[in-house]
Amino acid sequence: MTRIYVPIDSSALSLGADRVAQALQREAEQRGTAIEMVRNGSRGMFWLEPLVEVETPAGRVAFGPVRPQDVAALFDADFLAQGTDCSHPLCLGLTEELSYLKKQERLTFARVGITDPLSLDDYTAHGGYRGLRNAVGMTGADIVRAVTESGLRGRGGAAFPTGIKWNTVLNAQATQKYIVCNADEGDSGTFSDRMLMEGDPYCLIEGMTIAGLAVGATLGYIYVRSEYPHSVKALRAAIERARATGYLGEDVLGSGQAFELEVRMGAGAYICGEETSLLESLEGKRGIVRFKPPLPALQGLFGKPTVINNVMTFASVPIILDRGAAFYQNYGMGRSRGTLPFQLTGNLKHGGLVEKAFGVTLRELLHDYGGGSASGRPIRAVQVGGPLGAYVPESQFDVPLDYEAYAAIQAMVGHGGLVAFDDTVDMAHMARYAMEFCAAESCGKCTPCRIGSTRGVEVIDRIIAEKDDGDREKNVGLLRSLCDTMLAGSLCALGGMAPFPVLSALNHFAEDFSAERAA
Amino acid sequence: MNAPQSPQAQARVQRIWEIAQAHRQMPGALLPMLHALQDEFRYVPDEAVAVIAATLNLSRAEVHGVISFYQHFRRHAPGRHVVQICRAEACQSMGAAALEAHAKHVLGCDYHETSADNAVTLEPVYCLGNCACGPSMVVDDEVVGRVDAATFDAYVAALRAELQANAREAS
Repeated sequence: MTRIYVPIDSSALSLGADRVAQALQREAEQRGTAIEMVRNGSRGMFWLEPLVEVETPAGRVAFGPVRPQDVAALFDADFLAQGTDCSHPLCLGLTEELSYLKKQERLTFARVGITDPLSLDDYTAHGGYRGLRNAVGMTGADIVRAVTESGLRGRGGAAFPTGIKWNTVLNAQATQKYIVCNADEGDSGTFSDRMLMEGDPYCLIEGMTIAGLAVGATLGYIYVRSEYPHSVKALRAAIERARATGYLGEDVLGSGQAFELEVRMGAGAYICGEETSLLESLEGKRGIVRFKPPLPALQGLFGKPTVINNVMTFASVPIILDRGAAFYQNYGMGRSRGTLPFQLTGNLKHGGLVEKAFGVTLRELLHDYGGGSASGRPIRAVQVGGPLGAYVPESQFDVPLDYEAYAAIQAMVGHGGLVAFDDTVDMAHMARYAMEFCAAESCGKCTPCRIGSTRGVEVIDRIIAEKDDGDREKNVGLLRSLCDTMLAGSLCALGGMAPFPVLSALNHFAEDFSAERAA
Repeated sequence: MNAPQSPQAQARVQRIWEIAQAHRQMPGALLPMLHALQDEFRYVPDEAVAVIAATLNLSRAEVHGVISFYQHFRRHAPGRHVVQICRAEACQSMGAAALEAHAKHVLGCDYHETSADNAVTLEPVYCLGNCACGPSMVVDDEVVGRVDAATFDAYVAALRAELQANAREAS
């Protein structure tokens, strides 16, 4: 019986993967061919989705993008038996040999797209739960030390050293501590959290369990945004299986320590990606940002010491405990250690997920991987790091993607999402959108964010409409001053960073803010 | 509050109480409770506010504040189907603005409104994590990628045809 793989990832589904799977089952049945279908995660090459893979002695052979109407022809070309020799035009050869995948450094995404997401056998056969097994034999302090020495920094965007955060929670005295995973991946241009939760949920579960053992927390929550129903389903199913096999529960792998996990759903509020707002939401309140201090590490969920990290941060922990801090630390540059799963999105020919060590440049990602723009026009601007990230112009495409190097050009790596725009983009419109988005999503607690964003939209409207050059200069000055107030005076990153896209548009694409361009 | 209620309305309030009771013991119960209510009724009915407030020992203002804070929770019944269009940057880079305009034109309604035939409620959404396959939309529970005007029209036509078939059956 031949094993074939059809992804169950949301993006693959959005391109018809379920219909392809049904067509394959139906055709196989009609022809009396026995197939075993595995619904895997996505390999992260979305221009090839739905990507069907056939297992052969030489390795997995890829076919894509497959439409339901291609299925009969694939069987006619004997795609199940022919392997790489298959003459069908959709045959791409061995999946692992595709240069997009071959050149990557997949540590966090080592299993995504390869395994059956819910199969614990697949997970352990591909290195899963080795990190937890090591952690069980270590003291909490030793686990925290390994994470610190790996150089891992928070992957959600703020890049705070994970080990330091964990150490604060470890040393806090409390009757109850919590592990909270921020899976409120609301930034446009990002989907790595989603891909991992759908494609390798045990990796996140393992990372959170290790965190629990490290700091002495017995309960964890995964706060998933409501836009990700497939992630919620996959995680809940995986948690159940992990519990049934002793990876979660009263006594994790015989360690004598308990760890339980629960999935909670957000409700369409971008601000809940901010950690204190997320904690409020988990407590059943409006997602209003808290003042810091107290730090969540000392007074977090329900007032108890809490480790709160992003999905990618927790998912990077198992390999650190498995292969050692030095192995992970060996990747990257400067103070940005390890790898980051970059997400190539927007107007790109080959959008997808590229996990590389820090230090790779935008130009490499956009052209060597992304294949240039989908429209065939020149790429004019790339927004890096979500809706609060700067628009990077072509002149800065060679700056290495490293937290410090990006900070030096008033940009941010953030969660590693890249949104490419071709030369038809109107940057004044994008700047306006950044302010509009901030106004819509502001929690309302602090004035610079709540009022500033609305005033920002109005000033940009005036700049675009203004015919008189004298007033235009005055309004641009006003906008800069407003941005300065928001940057310095906002309570959290929403108001504090919304000026980044605005200022970068103003600094690098000033021509778009003139009346002539608007006309 | 004391006006006589129809049996349907009574059954509904009864069901709201059951859902509230089923979640009351959870730490931070309010969001899971609201999700369960919306899953059942497709929106959070006004009658639920008092029930939740009593169950969780909150003021009605607090409950109302939470419901209105989160975009996901609807306070009125939507049309038969809900179509959400992604407005975020990645989808914009692939022409989402044109798709939005097309959708509003075809449905004859704006965001947060329902087409005159009650077939479709149109809502904006900010990122579906489908950013390499934009523009994206959600039709009820199905995420659809690389949507152009023709794809949109085909989906809406299918939803409207279903509505008409149901209406014929009913009459």
